[in-house]
Amino acid sequence: MIDIAWNQFTPWSALAGGLVIGVAASLFVLLNGRIAGISGILGGLLTPVRGDVGWRIAFVGGMIIAPLVWALFSTLPPIEVKAGYPLIIVAGLLVGFGTRYGSGCTSGHGVCGLSRFSPRSLMATVVFMAAGFVTVYLIRHALGA
Amino acid sequence: MRYTLASLVAGFVFGFGLLLSGMANPEKVLGFLDLFGAWDPSLALVMAGAIAVGVIAFAIARRRHLSFLGFEMKLPSGNNITSRLVIGSLLFGAGWGLAGFCPGPGLVALGAGELKAVVFVIAMIAGMGLFQLAERPQQSP
Repeated sequence: MIDIAWNQFTPWSALAGGLVIGVAASLFVLLNGRIAGISGILGGLLTPVRGDVGWRIAFVGGMIIAPLVWALFSTLPPIEVKAGYPLIIVAGLLVGFGTRYGSGCTSGHGVCGLSRFSPRSLMATVVFMAAGFVTVYLIRHALGA
Repeated sequence: MRYTLASLVAGFVFGFGLLLSGMANPEKVLGFLDLFGAWDPSLALVMAGAIAVGVIAFAIARRRHLSFLGFEMKLPSGNNITSRLVIGSLLFGAGWGLAGFCPGPGLVALGAGELKAVVFVIAMIAGMGLFQLAERPQQSP
């Protein structure tokens, strides 16, 4: 039934990267008492509240700086984007609106929410993954690309 | 200041982890979402690794009133599964499947200088802005 792409599968780097992401989310909750939800952190900048801006910029900045620092020491892993610009724009609008309306994304619901056994986050994760599976099925197989 | 610095470090480590995991690459993410094609299960291992660490941290966090730096714990308390949660997640998942970007990898790929990620992040912020516009009348009647 399921055809695993063994030539694409990168279990060790995936697991190692996952552990590092877990460390980041752990640092954030243990030091600052917050959920490391990227969409919420970024979205909060659109309605700035005094005293609640700097740390958000710092977190987002840290994420953006990471590849720059990486590139100082090693070559960056490939970043391949096959979608064209119109599709990218529609995708961005959906991701931006959807994550705010649904109160979270892969980090807030997926990583942090599942780590604290939140039923809401489990539901959100099942729904956005299912929607992702269906969307890719439609694009790659049903509609034919 | 310590709060901001801890945020910077957490964001940096998060971005580093995304790069290491391969998930900053939309094609890799779409390989996972292509369940009915040649399926790349890597993303599942990323989640498993992150959650394995996170479970411990959140178990510690749950018992504390203040963080280790002395800040108030701000953990979500709601348990209701609402239509907003489901509809929002549906829209997000559809957008995720269209391009292979979710918010974190979008920011990391932007930092890596990928032009399409710049466009994605601008559109994503616009989408968040639309949400704020839609919310406004309800917030201040």
